[in-house]
Amino acid sequence: MLSPATARELDIEHGDVVTIGSDGRSVEAPVYILPGQAENSIGLQLGYGRTAAGTVAGHVAHNIDPVGVNVSTLRSIEHMHFENGVTITSTGRRHEFATTQEHFAIDRVGLEEISGRVGDLVREGTVDEYAEHPDFAHHGHEEIALWEQPEQDGPQWGMSIDLSKCIGCNACVVACQSENNIPVVGKEQVLKGREMHWLRLDRYFTGDMDDPEVVQQPVACQHCENAPCEQVCPVAATVHSDDGLNDMVYNRCIGTRYCANNCPYKVRRFNFFDYQLPVVQPEQSLKQLAFNPEVTVRSRGVMEKCTYCVQRIRNTSILADNDRRPLEDGEVQTACQQSCPAQAITFGDLKLSGSEVATEQSKPRAYGMLDELNVKPRTKYLARIRNPNPVLKATT
Amino acid sequence: MSAVPIPTRTPSESLRPPLVDGEQTLSSITETVCSIVERPQTPRAWYIAFAISSSLTLMLFGLIGYLIATGIGVWGNNSPVFWGWPIVNFVFWVGIGHAGTLISAILFLFRQQWRTSINRFAEAMTIFAVTCAGIFPAIHVGRVWLVYWLAPYPNQMAMWPNFRSPLLWDVFAVSTYATVSLLFWYLGMIPDLATLRDRATSRVRQFAYGLFALGWTGSARQWHVLEKAYLLLAALATPLVLSVHTIVSFDFAVSHVPGWHTTIFPPYFVAGAVFSGFAMVVTLLVPARHLFGLKDLITPRHLDVMCRIILATSCMVGYAYATEFFTAWYSGNRFEQFAFLNRMQGPYAWAYWTMVTCNVLIPQLYWFKRFRTSPWLMVGVAICVNIGM
Repeated sequence: MLSPATARELDIEHGDVVTIGSDGRSVEAPVYILPGQAENSIGLQLGYGRTAAGTVAGHVAHNIDPVGVNVSTLRSIEHMHFENGVTITSTGRRHEFATTQEHFAIDRVGLEEISGRVGDLVREGTVDEYAEHPDFAHHGHEEIALWEQPEQDGPQWGMSIDLSKCIGCNACVVACQSENNIPVVGKEQVLKGREMHWLRLDRYFTGDMDDPEVVQQPVACQHCENAPCEQVCPVAATVHSDDGLNDMVYNRCIGTRYCANNCPYKVRRFNFFDYQLPVVQPEQSLKQLAFNPEVTVRSRGVMEKCTYCVQRIRNTSILADNDRRPLEDGEVQTACQQSCPAQAITFGDLKLSGSEVATEQSKPRAYGMLDELNVKPRTKYLARIRNPNPVLKATT
Repeated sequence: MSAVPIPTRTPSESLRPPLVDGEQTLSSITETVCSIVERPQTPRAWYIAFAISSSLTLMLFGLIGYLIATGIGVWGNNSPVFWGWPIVNFVFWVGIGHAGTLISAILFLFRQQWRTSINRFAEAMTIFAVTCAGIFPAIHVGRVWLVYWLAPYPNQMAMWPNFRSPLLWDVFAVSTYATVSLLFWYLGMIPDLATLRDRATSRVRQFAYGLFALGWTGSARQWHVLEKAYLLLAALATPLVLSVHTIVSFDFAVSHVPGWHTTIFPPYFVAGAVFSGFAMVVTLLVPARHLFGLKDLITPRHLDVMCRIILATSCMVGYAYATEFFTAWYSGNRFEQFAFLNRMQGPYAWAYWTMVTCNVLIPQLYWFKRFRTSPWLMVGVAICVNIGM
C-alpha cells in the first residue's frame, strides 16, 4: 500500500508489481494505491502467501495458488514490525487486484462522479451542524403515495444502521456470508464483478486524495416497501411478504435478472455458474457441514439477496407461537447485527412501539438511501456525525 | 398467362422510372421468378454458401449447448451489467424484422406499388430475424429449462406470470409479431405456391406445393377473399410495426436505471428498427438481385427509394441521440447525466463513436445521388448501418 503522493513521486501505478528490498532481503508485491496511507511509507500485511492453508487461502501441494505475498522475510529481529530504508523498484509486470470496491470507478469520469455522489448516499455532518439542524440528513421533501397504503397485520421488520457507530470492520459481511451459505466465487469471478456478498461495505474517500476523509457504509437489500425489483419480475419470483420482507423465491426464479437491473442499490446477486458445485459433490460431505442447514443452497441461474435472515425470523416466530406469546423486541437478531462489534445495526419490528429499531428510525439523523426514488426502503441509515478534536484537526 | 404487356407507367407516375424494366409481360415475370426455384441443377455456389452458413449455425447450436451446460456466466455479464450481449442481440434482431412488416403492411395500406418487387423477400427476412430474436431471450435466462414459466398456462403451482413486468409484455408482443408475420408471409404466398404447383414437373414438387397452396385455383371468388384477408391482415400488422419495438423499449424505459428510464425510447427504438431493417434488406437484396438475375424486377428505383427511407430514419435516430443528451442535461439528475457522459468518454467510448459514425454520419452519403444509384456503394453504407446498430 502506497499513498497517492508517494506513488506519484516514485512513478508507480496502481497494480504495478515492485520489488521491495531491505538489507539484502527482498519480496515482490503488487502496489495498491490507497489514499490515507502515510506518505513515504509502505504498508504490508503479514499472514498472506500461505502454502498449506486450504482450498481458498492456498495449498501448493494441491495446485491451489497461495493468496497474496508472504512478506515475513522482510522482518528482522531488531524491529519486528518496522523496517527503515527500504528500496522499491518496479519489475515492469502488472497485477490485477480482485477487489470488491470501485468496480464502477473504472476511469477518471467514474471517479469524479463517485466523489460527487458520496454526499447523497452517505450523509454526514459535524457536531455543530447537528446541534443547529438535528435533521440535516433529510431531503426536505414529502413522499406522496398515489393510493392508500394497505395496513398490514403482524410485525413489520426493519433495520437501522448507525453510520456514526460503523467502523468498517467487515464483520457483518463475514457473518452474513457464513449464515446464508453465500458461495465463495474466487478471484476470476470477482474480477468480472460477480461477487456474491449479500451485504457489502461501500468505502468512499472524500475531499483531497492526499489527505482524505474515509466514509463507509454497509449496504444490503433495503427491503423497499415499494420495491422496483418486484414489479419487473416476469414470473413473480420476488414478492412481498405480509411482514414487509422482500422475499426471493428461489425455486420460482428463472433468472431473467431484470430485478437486479432495476435495483437502485445493486444488492441483488446472481448465480452465473453453479458456484456451490465443488462443495455439493458426494465426496465433499465433510465440507457440507460448513453449510447452515436452515438456508437453501442456491443452484445456478437464480437470483439471491439479503433476506433479513428470514430463517431466523421464522424460527423465532414459531418458537414464540409454541409458547403462545408475542415476539419480544430484540428476540430476532440478524447475523450482521449479532456480529457488529459497535452495535451499529439494529433490527426489529417497526410497528412495535418503543422497539429499538423504531426508536432508532425515528431519530432526526435517520434517512433512507436514495429515498427520492420513493421506493420506501425499510433499512434506514443514521447520518454520521464527525466531532474531530479541534487541536488535531488544526495540525493536519 | 397471356402476353399482354404490363402497363409499366401509370399516368401519375409518368415522370418516374417504371416499376419494372425491360419489356415485361406477366408471363415473363412468372418465368423469371419461377426459374430460380425450378432450376434442374442447384448451382455449386449455392452448396458452398449453404455449407458455410450451416457450419456457422451448427457452431451456434454447439455454443448454445455449452451455454446451457455451463451456465450463463459464459456471456460475460456481471453486476451491474446483467443483460449485455444477449439482449443486445435480441433487440438488434427484432429491429431487423421491422423492415419486412413495414414494407408489407404499411406500404400496402398506402398503396406504394413499388413494394411488390421486394415485399416477399423482406417478409422472409422478417421471419428469419424474428426467429433469431426469439432465441436470445430464451437462452439468456439463468434456468433455460424453465423458460416456459413466462407463458400464462394453467399449472399445478396455480401461478400466473407477473403481468406488471415489461418482460412479460415482451413475450406477448414478440410472439404476436412472429405469428402475424408468418401468416402474412404465407397468405401472400398462396397464389405463388399454386403457380409453382401448376408448373411442377415432378410428383413430389406437385404434392408439396399443392399441399401448401391449399387448393388455390385462381378463381375470381378466391382472389376476392384473399385480397380482403390480406388487407385485413395488413391493417392488423400495421400497429405491430409500432407496438413491438415500443414494447421492447419498455423493457428499458419502464425500469428506472439511469440512461434507460426515458420516454423517448419507444419512438427512438421504432425509428432505429425501421432504419436497421431497411439497411439489412439492402444488404441482402443487392447481392441477391445480382446473383439471381432479378435486375429487371428490382430496379434502381426500388433501391433508391429504400435508400431514401434509410436516410430519413437515420436522421430520426440521430435526432433521438441528440435528444437523449439534451434530456439528460435538462433533467438535472446527476446519475442520468453521468450515464451519458460515461457513454461518450468512458471505457465504451469507441463503441459509442462507432455507432454515431455508422448510424448518423455515414448514411448522410445517401444525399448524393451516386450513393443511391450505385448498388455496391449503397451496400457499403448499409453494412455500416448494420455494424452501427
